[in-house]
Amino acid sequence: MNIIEVNHLHKKYKAITAVEDVSLVVGQKEIFGFLGPNGAGKSTTIKMLATLVSPTAGTALIGGFDIVKQPNQVRQTIGLVFQETTLDERLTASENLFFHGMLYNVGRQTLSRRMGEVLEMVDLGDRKNDLVKTFSGGMKRRLEIARGLLHYPGVLFLDEPTVGLDPQTRNRIWTFIHQLRQRENITIFMTTHYMDEAEHCDRIAIIDHGRIVTLDTPENLKKMVGGDIITLSVTDRERVKSHIIEKFGLPVKESGQHLQVEVPGGETFIPTLAVDLGERLRSISMHRPTLDDVFLKLTGKAIREESAGAWSGMRVHMRGRR
Amino acid sequence: MRALKAIYTIWLRDVIRFYREKTRIVGMLGQPLLYLLIVGTGLSASFRMSFAPQGFSYLEFMYPGIIGMTVLFTSVFSAISIVWDREFGFLKEVLVAPVPRWSVAIGKALGGSTIAMLQASILLLLAPVIGIKLGPLMILKMVGMLFLIAFSLTSLGITIASRMETMEGFQMIMNFLIMPLFFLSGAMFPMNSVPPWMATLMKLDPLTYGVDALRNIVFAGSPAREFLIQFSMGTDLAVVAAMSVVFITAGTLAFNKIE
Ligand SMILES: Nc1ncnc2c1ncn2[C@@H]1O[C@H](COP(=O)(O)OP(=O)(O)OP(=O)(O)O)[C@@H](O)[C@H]1O
Ligand SMILES: [Mg+2]
Repeated sequence: MNIIEVNHLHKKYKAITAVEDVSLVVGQKEIFGFLGPNGAGKSTTIKMLATLVSPTAGTALIGGFDIVKQPNQVRQTIGLVFQETTLDERLTASENLFFHGMLYNVGRQTLSRRMGEVLEMVDLGDRKNDLVKTFSGGMKRRLEIARGLLHYPGVLFLDEPTVGLDPQTRNRIWTFIHQLRQRENITIFMTTHYMDEAEHCDRIAIIDHGRIVTLDTPENLKKMVGGDIITLSVTDRERVKSHIIEKFGLPVKESGQHLQVEVPGGETFIPTLAVDLGERLRSISMHRPTLDDVFLKLTGKAIREESAGAWSGMRVHMRGRR
Repeated sequence: MRALKAIYTIWLRDVIRFYREKTRIVGMLGQPLLYLLIVGTGLSASFRMSFAPQGFSYLEFMYPGIIGMTVLFTSVFSAISIVWDREFGFLKEVLVAPVPRWSVAIGKALGGSTIAMLQASILLLLAPVIGIKLGPLMILKMVGMLFLIAFSLTSLGITIASRMETMEGFQMIMNFLIMPLFFLSGAMFPMNSVPPWMATLMKLDPLTYGVDALRNIVFAGSPAREFLIQFSMGTDLAVVAAMSVVFITAGTLAFNKIE
């Protein structure tokens, strides 16, 4: 059985279409990633699946429950970590967990055992009686994940679980997510706009302007790019571009100040190209395809080009953690 | 069962948070004393109750009104925690919990009422200092009545807070609403000493009946009774109970609409 089934989900906010015709299925114990730039509609999709906002059209089933008709059953089935923190900072870690357990109707005895368990899982056992406002950003995030797991959800939604955290903490959270899947029988639906993180997922949907552009395993997606990526910096961009297209019959893309050529066996192509371009070549580099390249290929723009936007996403996040 | 548990949880959280904030506790203890001492004593020094019998002080008249006022401010403003929770994100955690929204609204209303009741109790303990004797039964009646008032006013606060995105907005509406409600409630001056148009406005203020009910209880055996009390206890109780029902319903509906 598919634990998540989304059928033609739409969400309109007045003039803005935040989510447009999103359909997908997620199997049990899968780590499913939603990848897209700022404003792509990732959070909106999660909020609809979490019953926090109602879809304009379309349906979704989670664990067999309809998100519109059976919100309470859906809520009981899922754990949530929103993009912005939703902890009560004036309560202790334990109290945050306790209140969550009460709201999710976890029996008293189970609750105290489970609280110890999840706190241990995220390495916060020794800080459980401290006020959350004394926690670092990474600790708060871990506590939120712990809280999301408290009521044994079948699906855990993580909206940008690692945004704004340092690489070390990000790694820790990832290690933890992988362990989680092995220990608990849980499906993970997460969003990110870090390409490297998307590689941790079993399958990824790339979303842009509210639409799913593609959906596959990271390996298959990278195969779509079909070769190595050679990035050139040259003196006369336009001329060189048409020259390469004519002479080698290869598609050339512009990416900022650079040209990008996609070619199988890049390491043998570099010398040929260098000789051919001669003086006009300023620098040359090559990398194996990443999801960034997949995104560029599919949408014609780099996901990171919107770095100004990434900041605004971060700011929202930080505001929530003040 | 589940809803009860949710009500209890939401209530408990508000109480714990209150207990954690020492400044709020100090404020809570200090405020009613201040009202009573400064407002009561200050005004009674310069205010003659021309219609009241000899020996009856303005402070005695004010006493139920000051309790009412304390409950009014504390209850209504306790709903501001909803605006805070929205700002700091915790509201989302509550909104996606598998519990009915009305249980959350009621839990909040009870949380605010509890704190208002704590404050009112301090004033009840001070009754002898002002020269008012309250028997155990009277205290019981007062507590019941005050609770009903606190509950409906917190619900009113919730109704407004659920629609407010910012703290400033909330404060603004509150001042616009609370001040007239308070001044027209008869807490500061009796209804029988104002011009008819104002008496009409006062009759439209539901809080008038709350304050009147308190006087009904406190001055049950007093000779000044007929000067102080406007309505029968039955009328007062009916209006206050109706107010509770209307406001908690409005509060729940407003809470349901939050996205
Ligand atoms: N409550 C709202 N009212 C109006 N528009 C909204 C609302 N929430 C989201 N939007 C719009 O919907 C679009 C998608 O937003 P969403 O938050 O889902 O993006 P996202 O993919 O999560 O982006 P980010 O990476 O920045 O978190 C944006 O254009 C946003 O402005
Ligand atoms: Mg988002």
